[in-house]
Amino acid sequence: MAILIPLAFSFGLDATQALVLMTSVYYGAMYGGRISSILLNIPGDEPALMTTLDGYPMAKQGRAADALVLSGVASFVGALLATIGLMLMAPILAKVAYLFGPPEYFALYLLAFCTLGGVSAKNQAKAAIASMIGLGIAMIGLDNQTGMPRLTFGDLHLMDGIDFLVAIVGLFAVTEIFVFIESHGKESAIGVKLGKIKVPFKDIAHSFFAMLRSTVIGFVAGVLPGAGASLGSFLAYMSEKSIARDKDTFGTGNPRGVAAPEAGNNAAAGGALVPMLTLGVPGSGTTAVLLALLLTLNITPGPLLFDERPEVVWGLIAALLIANFVLLIMNVPLVRLFVKILSVPAWLLLPGITMISFAGIYSLSGSSFDLLLMTAFGLLGYFMRKLDVPTVPIILGILLGKNMEDSLRRAMVISDGDWTYLFSSGISIGLWIAAVAGFIAPMFLRNLLRKPTRPQS
Amino acid sequence: MNLKIFRGFAVAAVVSVGAAGSAAAAECIAPANPGGGWDFTCRTIGKIMHDIGVVDQPIQVTNMAGGGGGLAFSHVVTKRDDDPELIVAASSATATRLAQNAYGGLTADQVRFLGAIGVDPGVIAVAADSPHMSLNDLLDAVVADPASVTFAGGSAVGGFDHLKVLMALNRAGLTDIRTVKYIGVDGGADAITQTIGGHTQAMTGDISEVVGFLKAGEIRVLAVFADERVPGFEDIPTAREQGIDVVAGNWRGLYVPKGISDEDYMKWSNALQAVADSDAWAEAMAARGLAPFNKVGDDFQNYVNAVVAEIEQMSREIGVIQ
Repeated sequence: MAILIPLAFSFGLDATQALVLMTSVYYGAMYGGRISSILLNIPGDEPALMTTLDGYPMAKQGRAADALVLSGVASFVGALLATIGLMLMAPILAKVAYLFGPPEYFALYLLAFCTLGGVSAKNQAKAAIASMIGLGIAMIGLDNQTGMPRLTFGDLHLMDGIDFLVAIVGLFAVTEIFVFIESHGKESAIGVKLGKIKVPFKDIAHSFFAMLRSTVIGFVAGVLPGAGASLGSFLAYMSEKSIARDKDTFGTGNPRGVAAPEAGNNAAAGGALVPMLTLGVPGSGTTAVLLALLLTLNITPGPLLFDERPEVVWGLIAALLIANFVLLIMNVPLVRLFVKILSVPAWLLLPGITMISFAGIYSLSGSSFDLLLMTAFGLLGYFMRKLDVPTVPIILGILLGKNMEDSLRRAMVISDGDWTYLFSSGISIGLWIAAVAGFIAPMFLRNLLRKPTRPQS
Repeated sequence: MNLKIFRGFAVAAVVSVGAAGSAAAAECIAPANPGGGWDFTCRTIGKIMHDIGVVDQPIQVTNMAGGGGGLAFSHVVTKRDDDPELIVAASSATATRLAQNAYGGLTADQVRFLGAIGVDPGVIAVAADSPHMSLNDLLDAVVADPASVTFAGGSAVGGFDHLKVLMALNRAGLTDIRTVKYIGVDGGADAITQTIGGHTQAMTGDISEVVGFLKAGEIRVLAVFADERVPGFEDIPTAREQGIDVVAGNWRGLYVPKGISDEDYMKWSNALQAVADSDAWAEAMAARGLAPFNKVGDDFQNYVNAVVAEIEQMSREIGVIQ
């Protein structure tokens, strides 16, 4: 949501300048979200969620700088290729969105949820419980298909549902503070070792193909309106994990677990510009702000935008390409500066994080209710940490649950309750097969095929 | 996080500067985040009021999102009921939600509606290759077999996009409006995408939402729910011309607190009328795809009351409210 800052400055500029400013910030924010994920285990924005899984363990092993450089390069690869994809294929790709109706979207979200069990390396049941909690929270608010409020207890604050940013900041930042207080700073995750800063060529080379695969996945997820960057980074991470030979090291600081979600989320950010420009359909909150800007500038997004306003579109694409190189150049040397945050003592850093969490959430809605809610999420996160239940599936449940439910119920309205409609197209059948064959079946087969289990380290 | 930090500070700075610098300025609450229709209403009308000199100081815009406008409504009713320096953006969505008791028990008569000075007329569109050539074609098909057509729209079930379709079908002779199939998707453009893709058969929304696709020839707009044909879209017949007497648009207007004096109410309605008559507003409307619509003062209050009553009755029929 950093995108709202320059919105205020953009009103005096002409159309292309304003758009260039906004989209450059949009790309920059996608790069930047990873930094706090890696250094503090607190995602900077929702697509950077998956980067905490391996980025933070890497930092704990003293490889914070490696993780930052690697993720910067992965972001660059993802964003660059996505921009080229946008440039070459946007008008054609717009047609892909037409192919996705409610049954196809439902299958896509289902695929994402089927992979959730793999988030936690140790205990899939706990990951499942966590995603159920997330799904439950996603049910709160106005039900789109009946217009009825659900689980709001008549409170207007809950009418729009729970903002996932409140949940993210609560579950990650506030939880961290509670743990810190309890252990008098001893057990806190904050305060990782600082290693030597050099460019990790080996890791980059090793994860280069992971970046390319993740770019493709992220880009496709971005092109589909309603899926967006979070789903892109999530699917990129999970598919990378499922094809990796060293699955067990994912979640413990595998460089590919850092490269994949970062390439995926930046590619998705580029992909999300396709439906925004060619259909006027925003895939995320950020592209919704961009879309509103286009409308105030009297630019009507639609199938003809590329023909009618070529100066705007090509100006935008040129700016994105330049922004990408600038971001890479800025991000890699600045790693030196970023890792300095780790030398701030915890007794100073944590109160700072607390203050920023509260100020940041309050600035989103101006409502003290959200602050209480955030604190409640912090408590929830604290107990889940004690019970060793992963929190990432909760956030994904909140992010995707409502969309998944809406897709299913829309499909049921259209087909008059005929469930075979869910398997009525090649795309949806393909996604179902991927979900079942790729993620559900192995969960059960593994127990049959695997040698006697080794004790968990 | 570090970006949000930044934003937190930036917002705090802007808010404090704004509060200190404009102690006597009037405030316009946009009950949604920046970028939407309510935000546009506040910013554009507020700016023009200052530019043409009907208010002394620039009007400060506050975004108060939540509860589909309900948080702002309850804020005005409970905390600012006699504040003469406050205006709040409203649209047909406000009236719809009030009629459906979606603002936690608050009702339309707890504020005074000031006026609306522009409207985004409602439309019904189908894909370019659809067999339905006119509004009557489509409506007759639904009356004959309600299961054969699914409508997609940008509002939730029971929202204004849904109700427009029901009003039209009601006039076309459908008795049981609960049988109509409607899915609420994420905005008008999404509804069009679903319709072009063949997942739904028709789209209901506002004219500003269909412009890009109409020019590209991917959709056919069957009817516009306006009094007369909309300037710039003269090819699109009105529903009335086709014998369906429905006028439904997303009007852009304002309300003020209930407890202010009649003089203050007059002051604001004169200011709003002055904006409506200005060239700057005509330009802003054209840029935004809005059609003229001018009801200010008591005239508008009566209009809102009538709309609320009709929506309430219709919502009862489809079961959105008991």
